[in-house]
Amino acid sequence: MCMDITRIDQIIDDHNAEQSSLIQILLDIQAEHHWLPKQALDRVAEKLDVPMNRIQHITTFYKAFSQVPKGRHQIHVCMGTACHVRGAQKVLDVLSDATGIKAGETDAELKFSLETVNCLGCCALGPVMVVDGEYHGNVAPAQAADVLKNYE
Amino acid sequence: MSEFVLQIDGKEVTAREGMTIVEAAKSVGIRIPTLCHHDQLEPYGACRICTVEAEANGRNQLVAACVYPAEKGMVVQTRTEKLAKIRKVLVEQMMAHAPDAPQLLELAEEYGADRDRFEKDPSFCILCGLCVRYCNEVKKKNAIGYIDRGPRREISFIPDVAGKECWDCKECFPLCPTSALQAAYVLTEALAAPPEEAAPEAGCACSCSCSGSCG
Ligand code: SF4
Ligand code: FES
Repeated sequence: MCMDITRIDQIIDDHNAEQSSLIQILLDIQAEHHWLPKQALDRVAEKLDVPMNRIQHITTFYKAFSQVPKGRHQIHVCMGTACHVRGAQKVLDVLSDATGIKAGETDAELKFSLETVNCLGCCALGPVMVVDGEYHGNVAPAQAADVLKNYE
Repeated sequence: MSEFVLQIDGKEVTAREGMTIVEAAKSVGIRIPTLCHHDQLEPYGACRICTVEAEANGRNQLVAACVYPAEKGMVVQTRTEKLAKIRKVLVEQMMAHAPDAPQLLELAEEYGADRDRFEKDPSFCILCGLCVRYCNEVKKKNAIGYIDRGPRREISFIPDVAGKECWDCKECFPLCPTSALQAAYVLTEALAAPPEEAAPEAGCACSCSCSGSCG
């Protein structure tokens, strides 16, 4: 899973290598790779002429960025009050079993990353899980693992 | 540059436009306590220990004297009961992080702060930013910065830069009011591979599990 540096350059050029587009560039790289490899950050620092300490400050500040590899598919399980009451913990347990990882982890094949969130704002649909931005509401624990079958 | 007069602790002070309250006070020998302030650095306003009462345009407010510009006709109080209380709590909070820092011990004595008032979280850093800003602004090396946010925010060296620049500089060490910096530096040094053993040049530098065989 090596990074294509010309693709990084292209992302940077799409934003005319402007310093003010730093966060946007990082978001684009994050979206494509699901994380920010050091090599990519070095390239951004060099081409935008932004010091690395500022990049580190930003990438560690926003939760949208990851500096460790993430899976191709992001699973988010809502643990907010409403979902919790409706059995979110069971859903999480089932997903943990199915993927073999705990919340906050990524599996060795880089297929899934499992994450909990504290409220997705759609409590009426609880328990809610989101995979790659797609919402699955009212998931019974028994169905939760089936949802993952649709992702390769 | 235009000059004007303001009042600090009852003294008439002549100041120039662009001067902060701390600078104006200093010019007549009034010392306002500071921790994150440094003459060579841009005003920052992190620690708030320099809080003073300033009355201007009929409003009395609490301002950070190290960043707040002196204004014409302003009436500033640097030592009031209210300020002593504020500074005491600030010192107590900072002492939760750095209970033995000499500058804090001094302030604690002055304001009667209890170093054990708050539960200890010995990060040994009060995030004054002196080291970070000095490296950025004066040395222009950007070897050190902040990471994370909120209660988890801390300072961190950038190993690639620190490995090259810091050993012969270390000018930020004596600036630190808690001496946390020293510890952090030693830590990074310990973590970073010595230059000659650094990652092989060939292959890719990504952190995938291919151990440098791809790319
Ligand atoms: S290490 Fe010291 S100088 Fe640097 S931010 Fe922390 S307290 Fe300030
Ligand atoms: S000296 Fe003014 S805020 Fe720190």
